[in-house]
Parts: sequence; structure tokens; C-alpha cells
Amino acid sequence: MSTIAHERFEAVIGLEVHAQLLTNSKAFAPVASIYGEAPNTQVTPLCLGHPGTLPVVNENLVRYIIKMGLATNCGIAPKSIFARKNYFYPDLPKGYQISQFETPICHDGYVDIELEGYNKRIGLTRIHMEEDAGKSIHDQDPYNTLVDLNRAGTPLIEIVSEPDLRTPQEAYAYLSKIKQIVQYLEVCDGNMEEGSLRCDANVSVRPRGQEKLGTRTELKNMNSFRNVEKAIEYEIYRQIELIESGGEVVQQTRLWDSNKMQTRIMRSKEEAHDYRYFPEPDLPPIIVTDEMLEEIRSELPELADVRQKRFVADYGMSEVDAVTITEDRYLADYFESVVDYSGNAKASLNVVLSEVLRILNEKSISIQEFSITPQRLSELIKLKEEDKINSSAMQTIFNKMLEDEGSPEDLAKSMNLIQVSDSGFLEELVDDIIANNPDEVERFKAGKKQLMGFFVGQAMKASKGKANPKMVTQMVTKKLEA
Amino acid sequence: MTTLSIAEVRAKVLSGELKLRDVVEASRQKIDAQNVEINAFVYTDFELALKQADEVQEKIMSGTAGKMAGAVMGIKDVICEREKPTTCASDILAGFESVYDATVIERLKAEDAVIVGRLNMDEFAMGSTTEYSRYGASKNPRNTRKVTGGSSGGSAAAIAADMVNASLGSDTGGSIRQPASYCGVVGLKPTYGRVSRYGLVAYASSFDSIGPFAHNVEDAARVLEVIAGFDEMDNTSSREPVGNYVETVQNPTKNIRIGVPEEFFGEGLDPEIKEGIEATLKKLEDDGAELVPIHLPHTKYGIATYYILATAEASSNLARFDGIRYGHRTDKDAMLDELKAEEEDLKKAIKAADGAEKKELQAELERMDSALVRLYKKSRTEGFGMEVKRRIMLGTYVLSAGYYDAYYGKAQRVRRLIKQDYTDAFKEVDVIVTPTAPTTAFDIGSEIDDPLQMYLNDVYTISANLAGICGVSVPAGTHSNGMPYGIQFMGDTFQESKILNAARLVEMLD
Repeated sequence: MSTIAHERFEAVIGLEVHAQLLTNSKAFAPVASIYGEAPNTQVTPLCLGHPGTLPVVNENLVRYIIKMGLATNCGIAPKSIFARKNYFYPDLPKGYQISQFETPICHDGYVDIELEGYNKRIGLTRIHMEEDAGKSIHDQDPYNTLVDLNRAGTPLIEIVSEPDLRTPQEAYAYLSKIKQIVQYLEVCDGNMEEGSLRCDANVSVRPRGQEKLGTRTELKNMNSFRNVEKAIEYEIYRQIELIESGGEVVQQTRLWDSNKMQTRIMRSKEEAHDYRYFPEPDLPPIIVTDEMLEEIRSELPELADVRQKRFVADYGMSEVDAVTITEDRYLADYFESVVDYSGNAKASLNVVLSEVLRILNEKSISIQEFSITPQRLSELIKLKEEDKINSSAMQTIFNKMLEDEGSPEDLAKSMNLIQVSDSGFLEELVDDIIANNPDEVERFKAGKKQLMGFFVGQAMKASKGKANPKMVTQMVTKKLEA
Repeated sequence: MTTLSIAEVRAKVLSGELKLRDVVEASRQKIDAQNVEINAFVYTDFELALKQADEVQEKIMSGTAGKMAGAVMGIKDVICEREKPTTCASDILAGFESVYDATVIERLKAEDAVIVGRLNMDEFAMGSTTEYSRYGASKNPRNTRKVTGGSSGGSAAAIAADMVNASLGSDTGGSIRQPASYCGVVGLKPTYGRVSRYGLVAYASSFDSIGPFAHNVEDAARVLEVIAGFDEMDNTSSREPVGNYVETVQNPTKNIRIGVPEEFFGEGLDPEIKEGIEATLKKLEDDGAELVPIHLPHTKYGIATYYILATAEASSNLARFDGIRYGHRTDKDAMLDELKAEEEDLKKAIKAADGAEKKELQAELERMDSALVRLYKKSRTEGFGMEVKRRIMLGTYVLSAGYYDAYYGKAQRVRRLIKQDYTDAFKEVDVIVTPTAPTTAFDIGSEIDDPLQMYLNDVYTISANLAGICGVSVPAGTHSNGMPYGIQFMGDTFQESKILNAARLVEMLD
């Protein structure tokens, strides 16, 4: 792939993101759907498509999608309807999917994304509600395809972007932004690996300067943020190469193969379904009143952008730190909780950024899975602030706290890490050090003040790390400069 | 005994004159004797019915019985009953048993109705004669050479043959009222949303209503009172309060305003039926009713509109019958063998051919069904009957890309105009009167090969379904050909009391 080609072409990318909602029950049936349960146990006659059953709208679904619409600056339709999308597939029990077609509930919104060096506003065409299908399992039985309908009927929202994205990196940033928003709103857990967040991409390329869009392909089966970026990158190159070599891009749906790191054809335009959308007669229109809208607006949590600014203003942290700490809503919640308990924002920030994030990265876990509660962490911070422990002891105790439920103070005591601030004991210690190191004393007195570190180090060594370094410094100063 | 009204049965049980079990036994004897010929019931369970009868008997004696105590009922095979065969008279559901009770069944049981069995119908309620049934046609008890009407023919015939004193049917374009007219019984289609559709196997979801058949207006009112009302399992069911229908028919008002639409008394209507209905109206007028000429100008598009919208919904509603999870599935191995043989034949032909022909054959090979697609096609081809296939194809066609606006879109707009016609008319009148059907019941087999002629049987009933309003058919007389015919009263949405009142006035003329 030559760089020249890349300079001559630009990509046009639009994303369709499906987010599985965290409602307690399915979209249209009063039954829970929990990831990982035994196949076909989370079902009702409705989920199985039994004759005579009727869908019933889950009210949370409507509230959740309105939240999402408000958070992404969308217009909310006062009246919108459900539609049926008709096609045959074994994991689609009714032979149609309940979705929205002509009148999505949210429309014409935007999100702002930040990339290195620039910010960009990405338009949202629409956000609509639909139900999920079941799962076809092709690799567990050599002769048959198995169908698990636990997921059938779970509520999804589909977020469709305008074709405003130009690079795989922008697509990645946009997707991360969507994930952040759904997490902040607590409408979806944002987990791509478990499939609660899914993404399809429409990709086309055109010569720079040309307004007319090129022929697009639709990419499916990208099950991580990185895969989305990689697949789009691959597809852009594939299309450019095709055009450069005199070929033509054909409208088709392509699957991303993350092992081979390439896309391959799934179906052509000719094979595309005619979904025969029509208004869902079993469900009345969704009416959103102004009161309902205001009520939901008032329940909206503080979103990341606003929170970042507040953190900079309230806690005096740098913008970079504010971005890092608000990236994940739950990390920001955790941090604020630690601040509440400890009363010390700066110390809290330091511990969360250095120690907590280190552990999350090392163990590849989320903050929700992190074992130390904000309250316990704040106790540790207080020990340090009250000079009961020193920095190195703090780290040792923190590591111990990961497996040990004991209070930080008890752990410090049992590990013999409480600082000694007893002036009698320290005085004796300092006197010994002065007596045993005449050379260093001589040089210190002659002006080599850096040797203070040596004396403090000796004191720490002799006290097995327990000496209060501040007091040691004061004593050495007093004794040698007097 | 099965000609007694629900209230009469209950009174006689209470007075000791009758045992409820005897009424159920009488029902069994009637069915044993006549069902071979009439073919109204497709399934009965008298062991259970007799057990229920004994329980209800005790409740009647102890004064704790529900509103339906005394009712011995049959249910159209399109309404789900737990652990009972629910086949919609279709091969594709042969052997299928529902895993749950429809809301109407729950409500009837809770009010102590005794259900003895399930009733014949046109497959998936598509038809006007009950001839399109896997169980064969039902026959009209008044003359067994004649059709019962349909699609709820079994439900009407079971009443006309005195097999039970009440039954449930469903009405999508006239499927309750038209067979009620042909069989000489009372049949009521409630307002759309008045009765929960949960457990009614869907034909056309925005048209379907469940309603009662009975010997008399009061029993129909009683059944309606029990099955009507909001149901959280059906988002299209209404929270509008349910009326005191029984009380209404017990004290009917005579000075009502009756709209007479010119459009429903013109060409195509049997002159004798026309005369008979006009005579009935004259008597009502003499008794204090006011007759008001009205117009429903858009109703003439009713049949065309209906067959676009209803079939569109049907094509989607019937997609679930795919042979994957339940119901009929084609012999898989035979299907796979057949597919393989076809593939081999094609390959051989390709080898032998050359030029354009070879190319064409290769394209054909490319287009060959996958095993899954073939499984769908064969299962559905084998499982569905002729009329159902016709409507699925029609509905699929009108929803197809490029045709949607011309058919579905336009039909929806006409539907709104028809609804508006009725809304305007009901500003002036309490009820609208029409014949229920243009003719009396005709000979079995005489229209089965002429679907368009068949569709015209619903010409007077179909617009009520398009408008979502209620309608009732009550016997109005007997034709010189010996067959009964009905008079229809239509009422505005949730005005079931008004149409029952009018129907009761006609009943009182006898």
C-alpha cells in the first residue's frame, strides 16, 4: 500500500452501534435475560414465537433510549411507532424482528470526539429501539445448527452515525465515546466481548476533493474496539487497491475475520433481504410527553465532558488527569467516593492514578471488580496524611490490602510499618548515626547538604523503615547546624 | 337442555331441577349424535368438562359461583387453551398443544364456564365458509347441504345445533357475524381492543377480535361482560371501563336513533332479505325508534382495502410457522436426499451442455436452495392450505419493495377515510343497521373455486373491522329458501351496550 494512494483517497465511514440495554427484563416480555445462563432457560412462550403470544413494551426501554437521545443532543419524536422487519432465520422465532423504521424515537443528534491534535463533531442520524434475535451456534454439533433463544427479545438500541468519520482512528474514538456515554447513563454495560455492544461499519472511499460518495460495503462481525479499527483499516486499503488496479467496489456485506485479519464477502447486494417493513400492529405508538421528557432530563447523570471540567475546577487536577479519571464513569465514581471519605483530593488522585490504575492494568479488571473499597483506601490515605506511615510503607500496605480484608492501620501494625515519631528513640538513633559517620558529618558541615539523604537513609535502615523521615531530617539539621 | 340460557341453567341448578352435569351430558349426547354430520367440534374432553361441572355445581349451591356458571361452551380452534390441541384447523399445527391459556379462557374459567371442546373453522380464520379446514367443512344445521359461513363456522353451528349454549369465535372481517347470520344465531364482534387478543392466534393483528356466539342476546352480553377489559398482556387492549351489558339487555331502550346507510341496501343484496330487514326496521320505528338515512361513502372500498392490509399482516404473522420450533416439519432426510439428487442432476446437465445453456445451468446451480431454505419451503408448502398460501403471497407482494406505497400505503389511507365515515355517522345516530350478509347460506362447494365471489360474502361486515368498531348479528327472519338471515347493528367504539340494546329490540319482536 503506497502512501501516495492514501493521500489521493479519503475514506467515508458510518457506524451502526447496537447496545444491549440493562433493563431487568426483555424488550417485550416479562422475563430476565442473563448472559451465560443455560441455553433456552430465559424464555417465555413469546420468546419462542408461540402462536397467540403478543409483545408488551418494556417501559424502561423507552426511558433508556430517551436518556441516550438526550445525552447525544438528539431530537426526541413526540410520537414514534414500531415496525416489523421480516425475514426467516432459525434464531428469529417470530419470523420478524420488532424494530423502528420510518420514525425512530431519537433523531439528528451529535457527539464530540477528541483525537490527538483535533476535536470533531460526529452527527447521529438516528437512535431507535429493537429486539435482539437468539443465537445460532454452528460449531458445537457436527451435523446441526443449535439455537439458543435466551437472548431473543432482549432490548437493543441502534445508534446510527452520519458518514462523518474519515479514519479508523476516528471510528475508534467515536465508538469509545458511545461506550462512555452508555456507561455514564447506565443503559448498557458497554462490553463488546460479551456482545452487549456491537458495531457494524459502512465504509467507502473516494478521491480527495470528490463530493460524490463511493460504493460502500458493510462490515460485520467485529467483536472488539481494536477489531473495528483494524477491519476498517483493512477495508479502506482493500477498496483503494481495487480502484487503483482498475477494479470497482461492489456493494456487499463483508465479514471481518480476526484470525486472518481480513474481510470476506458474506452476501452481495442482490442477495440482500427485502425486509418488507410495516407498522407493528401489536404495539401502539410510543408517545413522549413534555413532562416525561423533562422528568428524564432531570434524571440524567453528569456526563464525562462536564465532569472533566468540574474535576479540574473543584479538585485542581490537570486536564490530562481529569480525562484519564473520567474516561470510565465507574472509575470517576470511585475516585469521588475516595475523596468524600478521605477529604483529600490530591492524595486521593495520586493513589488512584498510580496504585489503583496499576492494579487494574496488571490484572485486566474493571474498577467494579477491584477489591479495595473507597472507604478502606481512604483510611490508608489518612494514615499517610497523619504521618503514621511513610510512602514506601503505603505501597506495601496497599499491596497487602488487595488480599487482606484487615483495616490499613491493623495491617500497618502487623507488618510493623507504623512510623516511629518518638523523639527520645529517634534522638538516640540520630546520635548513633552521627557518631558512626564522622566523614559524612564533616562534609555535611562543609556545605554538602545533599548528604541529608544519606543520614535519613541510615535512620530508615536502622529503624527498619519505621522512622519518621521528617523528624529525622529536623533532628539532623538541628544537631549539625547548631 | 342446551337450548336453555346461561341464567336459566343456573336457576334450575339452584332450584334442584337440574344438575349441571346433566346439561354437560346433554351436550355430549347432542355432539355424539350430530357432530359426525355437522362437524362443528374438532376436539372434545368431556371427562374434564364433567369434573368442572361438578365443581361449578357445588359453587352454585353454595352461592359462590362466578358469572359464567351455567354456561357450557365450545371454543374456536384459534384460541389457545393450555394442554389442548390448538391447530387453527391447519396441518402445519397438527398435533400442537398450547402451553398457556388465552386471557379470554382464563377469564371464562375464573367465572366458572364449563368448556367441552374446540370448534371447527377455516384454516387460520381465512375463509367465509369453514370449508378450508383440515377437518373438512362444517355443515349448516338448518340444512346440511349448506355452508355454515365462516371462518367461525363451527362456533355458529355448535349453537344452531344446540350442542352448547355459548361459544367463542374470532372476527377479522366478519368471521363471527356472517356465520351467525347463516346459522340463525346471535354473534357479536366487539370493538377492537375491547377483548384481549392474548392467546388468539393472529391472522391480521389490527383487525382480529374475539367475540361470543349464543342462542340469545343476553347470553352473548354475559360472555362479553366476562371476557372484555384491559389486559396487561395485550398492549392494544383498552382501559375503557366495561359496560353492564346484561343489565342493558334486560331493560332495553326503545327510542334509539338508527342510521340506515343507503350503500348497504343496494345492488347485490337478496331482495327478500332487503324486504325482511325493512319490515323489521318498520316495526322498530313503530316501537319508538327513529330511522335516519346516512351515508358511508368510502365503505365501498372496504373489501379491496381489507385484502391488502389484512393479508400484509397475515404474511408476517404466519412467518413463525416455519417448522423449526414446533408444528409440521418436512421429512428432513427425504428433503436432503432430494436436494442432493437435484444438485447431481444439474451437475450432470452442466457437463453435457455448452455455451449459453451451460452458463444458465451454472447460474441455476448457484441459485439452488440451501438446506435451510428448502426446509422452510417444503414445511410450509406441505403445512399450509390453498387459501392461506394465497393470502400469504398476496400480503408478501403488497409489502414488497417498490409496491408498498401503491398498495399498503394507499390502503392505510383509505382505512382512515372509512373510519372517518363512521366517526361522522355516529355523531348523528346510536347504531347503524345493515344486513349481515347479502345472501343466505349457499351450497357447500359452490364458491370454493371462486375466491373473489367468496370475499364478497363479507361486504357488509368488513368495514367494521377496518374502522375498529363493534357489530352484532341477530336473527331477523327466514328466507323462502328455508335458511335464516341476520340483521347487523354496528356501534361506535366501546358502544357495545348500544348494539346489544338494538339487537335485543329485534329479538323481542318475535
